[in-house]
Amino acid sequence: MRLDVILRVVTKVILPFMLVFAIYVQFHGDYGPGGGFQAGVIAGATIILYALIYGLAPARRLVPAALVEAMIPLGVLIYAGVGVVGWLTGGNYLDYSHLAHDPVHGQEWGVFLVEAGVFVTVSATMVAIFYAFAGRGRR
Amino acid sequence: MGEQLPALQVVVPLIGALLVALVRRPTAAWLVTVVVSLAMPVISALLLVRVLNQGVISYHLGGWDPTIGIEYRVDIVNALILLLVSAVAAVIAPFARLSVLSEIAEGRIGWFYAMYLVSLAGLLGIAITGDAFNAFVFLEISSLSSYVLIAMGRDRRALVAAYQYLIMGTIGASFYVIGVGLLYIMTGTLNLNLIAERIVAVESFRPVLAALAFITVGISLKLALFPLHVWLPNAYAYAPSVVTTFLAATATKVAIYLFARFVFSVFGAGFVFADLPVTPILVALSVAAIFGAGTVAVFQSDVKRMFAYSSVGQVGYITLGLALATTTGVTGGLVHLLNHAMIKATIFMGLGAVFFRVGRIEFQDIAGIGRRMPITMGAVAIAGLSLIGVPGTAGFVSKWYLVVASLEVGWWWLAFLIVLSTMITVVYVGRLIEWAWFREPSRQVATVEEAPIEMLAPICLLAAATIYFGIDTYLTAGLAERAANALLSGLR
Amino acid sequence: MSDLIALAGDVVAHYNQWITVFLMVSGLYIVIARGNMVKKLVGLSLFQTSVYLLYISAGKILSGTAPIIDPHFTVYSHPLPHVLILTAIVVGIATMAVGLALVVRINEAYGTIEEDEIFKRDDDR
Repeated sequence: MRLDVILRVVTKVILPFMLVFAIYVQFHGDYGPGGGFQAGVIAGATIILYALIYGLAPARRLVPAALVEAMIPLGVLIYAGVGVVGWLTGGNYLDYSHLAHDPVHGQEWGVFLVEAGVFVTVSATMVAIFYAFAGRGRR
Repeated sequence: MGEQLPALQVVVPLIGALLVALVRRPTAAWLVTVVVSLAMPVISALLLVRVLNQGVISYHLGGWDPTIGIEYRVDIVNALILLLVSAVAAVIAPFARLSVLSEIAEGRIGWFYAMYLVSLAGLLGIAITGDAFNAFVFLEISSLSSYVLIAMGRDRRALVAAYQYLIMGTIGASFYVIGVGLLYIMTGTLNLNLIAERIVAVESFRPVLAALAFITVGISLKLALFPLHVWLPNAYAYAPSVVTTFLAATATKVAIYLFARFVFSVFGAGFVFADLPVTPILVALSVAAIFGAGTVAVFQSDVKRMFAYSSVGQVGYITLGLALATTTGVTGGLVHLLNHAMIKATIFMGLGAVFFRVGRIEFQDIAGIGRRMPITMGAVAIAGLSLIGVPGTAGFVSKWYLVVASLEVGWWWLAFLIVLSTMITVVYVGRLIEWAWFREPSRQVATVEEAPIEMLAPICLLAAATIYFGIDTYLTAGLAERAANALLSGLR
Repeated sequence: MSDLIALAGDVVAHYNQWITVFLMVSGLYIVIARGNMVKKLVGLSLFQTSVYLLYISAGKILSGTAPIIDPHFTVYSHPLPHVLILTAIVVGIATMAVGLALVVRINEAYGTIEEDEIFKRDDDR
C-alpha cells in the first residue's frame, strides 16, 4: 500500500467541508468576517489541496485550465456589469440604490452580486497561479 | 450621458481589457484595443471642453457623497493629463499591430493587449480620481500591468529589469500609502479636496510633515527622479517597443501629475515651497538629473537605453519647473511634460519601426539606417531637434518658459545651466544623427526598406505635432498656464 | 523623575507604532541587503505588512466591536481602515504573485536567482 494513505483519505473527507465553508464565508460577509476575497481564497485552496495530494493531472481534468482562464475576466465582468446596471437604472456608476424596490435592499443586492464576481475571479486566479507554477520544471 | 463621462473614461478600457482577456485571438485583441484607444481621446476632449466651460466637474461614484464615498474630480490640470494619455494611446494603437506581432510570442499577444488596456485604465484612473487611496489602487493597477508588459520583452534582461522595477515600484507605492495613512489619521478623510480643507486645522504638524516626506519619496520612485531612477533605463531598453513608447510618454507624466496634485492642491504651495526647504532640494536633484543622466546617455551603445537616460534628464526639467513654484515656472514644467511626451513617443516609435525592420537596436547595427528609412529617421530627427530645443519646435517653448522662470526669481546661474544642458542633448541626439546618416550601412541595414505605412503614419503625425506645437501654443502653453494658475491658487 | 516616568509611559503607550516602524525598517533592510531574489520579495512583504498595522492599529476604537450592526452594541470600530487594508492586502498578494512568477522565469533563463551572479552573467555577454 502507498505511504500516503492517511493523506489521501483525510483529504477526501475534508474537501467537501472546505468548499462548503468557502461558500459559507462568501454569503456571511454581511454578518461576520468574510466576503468575496476570503471565500475565493478558501475555494482556490480546496482545488490546490486536491492537486497537491492527488496530482496535477487529475486536478487539471477536474478543473480545466481553459475554464480557469475564462473565469478570471468573467468575475470582473460581473462586477463591471453591476456598475453598468447602475447606469441603466438612472444613477451613477456602481449606484446600487435602484437595484431593488428600496435603497437598503438595493445595496444588499449590489454587494451580493459584486462579491459573487469577486469570488469567481479570486478562486480562479489562485488556481491559475498554482497551475502556472506547478506545471513548470518537470523534465 | 455627458454626466457619466468621468466614469466612462476608466470603465471603457477596463471592460475592453476584460473582453480581450476572454477572447485572446491576436487580431480581435488588437481591434478591441484600437476601438478603445480611439474612443479615449474623444471622452477626454469632451471632458476638457466641459471643464473649460463649466469649471470643476465632480462625479460621485456609486452615488455616495464625497465625505464618505469616492469622488472623480476633473479640473483643468487633470483634463490636460487625461487628454495627453488618451491621445498617446490612440496614436500608438495603429502602430502596435505589426510591432507586437513581430516582438511577442503568438500565444501571448492576447494577454499583452489585455495588460496594455489595464495599464491604460490605471493611468487614466490616477489622473481622474479625487480620492487618495483610490489613486494608490490605480497606481498599483497600472504598475503591476507595466511590470508584466516589460517582462514580455525578447531579451532575458527584460525579466531582471521588470523585477527591479517591481521591487522599487512597490516600495514607492507603499511609501505613498504610509503618507496617505498619516494624512487620514490627522484629517479623518481620504478625499483630496477635503484633506486640503482640513489640513490647515490639524492639531499637530509633525505627522503632516512626515506624510509629505513619505508621499514625496514614494511618488519620486514612480516618476524616476534622480537618484531614484535606477529602474528606468533597463526597463525602457529591454521592454517591447510599444511598451517603451507607451510608458515613456505616459507613466512618469501621470506620476508627476500626482506629485503636483499633492504638493500644490493638498499641502499648498505656500507651505511646501515657502516654509520648507523643498525648492532648493528639488532644484538640486533636478539639475543633477539633467546633467548626470544626460552625460551617461552620451556613452550608451544601445539606442533605446540612450533615450531612456534622456528621459530621466527630461523629467528633471519638469520637476525643475514645478520646484520654482511661480506661474511661469509651473507653466514651463507642465508644457515640458506635454511636449516631452510627444517627443519621446515619436522617438521610441521611430526606433520601434527600425527594430521591426532591422531586428537589432545597437548603434553599430543601425549604422546608415537614415538612407534606407529616410522618412522614419527624418521624423526621429525632427523630434530630436525638438528635444534639443531648436526655435520653431515645441521643445523650445518649454525651455524658454523655464529660462524666463529662473530669471524671474533671480537665479541667473540656473538659467545658464539650463542653456548649458542643451549642449549635452545636442551631443547625444547628434550621435544618433551621425550613425544614421554619416556612416556606411551595416550588413543588416543594407537590405531593409522603409517602415510600413501603418507605422509611418503615427510617427509622422507626432513629429508634425512637435513642430506645430512649437508655433501655435494655445493648446499646450495656453492651457498649461491656466492649469498652473489653478494649481498655484491652492484649493480647487 | 516623574517627568521621566511620564515620558517612558508615553513611549510604551505607542507600542503599536514602534512595532510598525520596526517591521518597516527590517523589511527595507532585507530588500537592500540581501541578494537572493526570493528573500527580497519576503522583505517587501514584511514591509507591506507594517503598513497594514499602521492603518489598523490607528483605526481601533477602544471598547468598539466589529463594524456589523447588532442590537446589543452601540460603539463600533470604524470600518473604513479595514476596507482599505483588505484592498491593500489583495494588492500585496498580486505583487507577490507577479514577483514570484518573474523569479521563476529568471531562474529558468539564468539558472540562478542571486543578483550578483545574474549581473556577472549579463556583463559577460
